[in-house]
Amino acid sequence: MKEHTTRIYDPVSDTPTSYARDPEGTHPPLDYPPYKSTALRYPKQPLIYLPQTITEITGPQLYSALGTGELDHDLTRQHEGEPIGERIKVSGRVFDTEGKPLRDTLVEIWQANAAGRYLHRWDRWPAPLDPNFSGAGRCVTDDDGGYSFVTIKPGPYPWGNHYNAWRPAHIHFSLLGRAFAQRLVTQMYFPGDPMFPYDPIFNSVPDEEARQRMVSRFSIHGSEPNWALSYQFDIYLRGPGATPFEDAP
Amino acid sequence: MIFPSTPSQTVGPYFAIGLPWDAGPHAVPPGAPGAIAIIGTVYDGAGEPVPDYLIETWQADGDGRFADLHGHGGVSQLEGFRGFARCGHEDGDGSYEIITVKPGAVPWLGGGVQAPHIDVTVLARGMLQRCVTRIYFADEGEANAVDPVLATVPAGRRETLIAEPTDDGYRFDIRLQGPGETVFFDV
Ligand SMILES: [Fe+2]
Repeated sequence: MKEHTTRIYDPVSDTPTSYARDPEGTHPPLDYPPYKSTALRYPKQPLIYLPQTITEITGPQLYSALGTGELDHDLTRQHEGEPIGERIKVSGRVFDTEGKPLRDTLVEIWQANAAGRYLHRWDRWPAPLDPNFSGAGRCVTDDDGGYSFVTIKPGPYPWGNHYNAWRPAHIHFSLLGRAFAQRLVTQMYFPGDPMFPYDPIFNSVPDEEARQRMVSRFSIHGSEPNWALSYQFDIYLRGPGATPFEDAP
Repeated sequence: MIFPSTPSQTVGPYFAIGLPWDAGPHAVPPGAPGAIAIIGTVYDGAGEPVPDYLIETWQADGDGRFADLHGHGGVSQLEGFRGFARCGHEDGDGSYEIITVKPGAVPWLGGGVQAPHIDVTVLARGMLQRCVTRIYFADEGEANAVDPVLATVPAGRRETLIAEPTDDGYRFDIRLQGPGETVFFDV
């Protein structure tokens, strides 16, 4: 078991001057034919190496602009009544790849309801909407990099990618990090989902171990008796890298 | 590196549930002095406008300072300056608009300066990672001519990074693929 440090970034004295580039296989390729919508949306020209300058190693304090409200982290209490579904806690910590917790970083989530339907005008598949569920939440990490949401477990849903295509249940996550270079949008999955082998989006991540890092862990100890099951999902954003000069290709 | 990064996944078609917010397109407060609009359209490889994308921008103020959490380079003194804008629509027509100020020059690595520029993230259904590009400005010809990042871009493709002046700001279109494909960067 690797040790996480307890040290957190000091906003003044501990400022990375570059962020490490991830090894091959960590992230999906932009050109990935099994996911059909990629066909007209990936650049065909090679990406051009951009040394990380001050524009890339700085980042916004978006949480103050958004003013996260008291119930933004609890998706089950944003309406008059409670949403239908399996009430769950989704919590974890945000670290960098050196194991340092990232405090004060914005975590945004959005998801389908228990029937697998999104509250979005383009989602028209015949599953019911839930008048008590909007499906969006946000919170800011605490001093330990921790975040926590209360929500309901999203259902799987069909999509038009291929015949009999279904997405495994997932929650979309957006992380600002603390620098433009750390920005990450990902999806959190649930352990043991039988649809994993058939989902091109999950399988677009080349490395098997990397794929498993998108799967949350069920925690009996984190679960609240007579209230909610717990799924834990730690997120790792790029950490400090070599100096930009050493890092050049 | 001790712990590998969490992989990227597509933002999908339904991000409008969670990500855009009313003031999102405003990197400066409404009515800020020197405010400009940057408008544009994102096109796919068939030349069609992409309705379901999200763009985010990050930049310095007119003095070349950022509204950065770390305070790198000295914190922006511009009242209410956020430096970050986000624009995406539940039912978009492919166009975007952000309200900001024109950035100043910012330092280059170990000395020298970069021409005024804005970093841009593009996210969309069908994109398994974000794509990153930069907005430069057509009326900064001298600064652009010596910009160290533009210098690494093949001359014939540099114009894809140059925003053209409009009545109240600039236009910067993004072509994800095909003829006139925008230059994207590996950050
Ligand atoms: Fe989804």
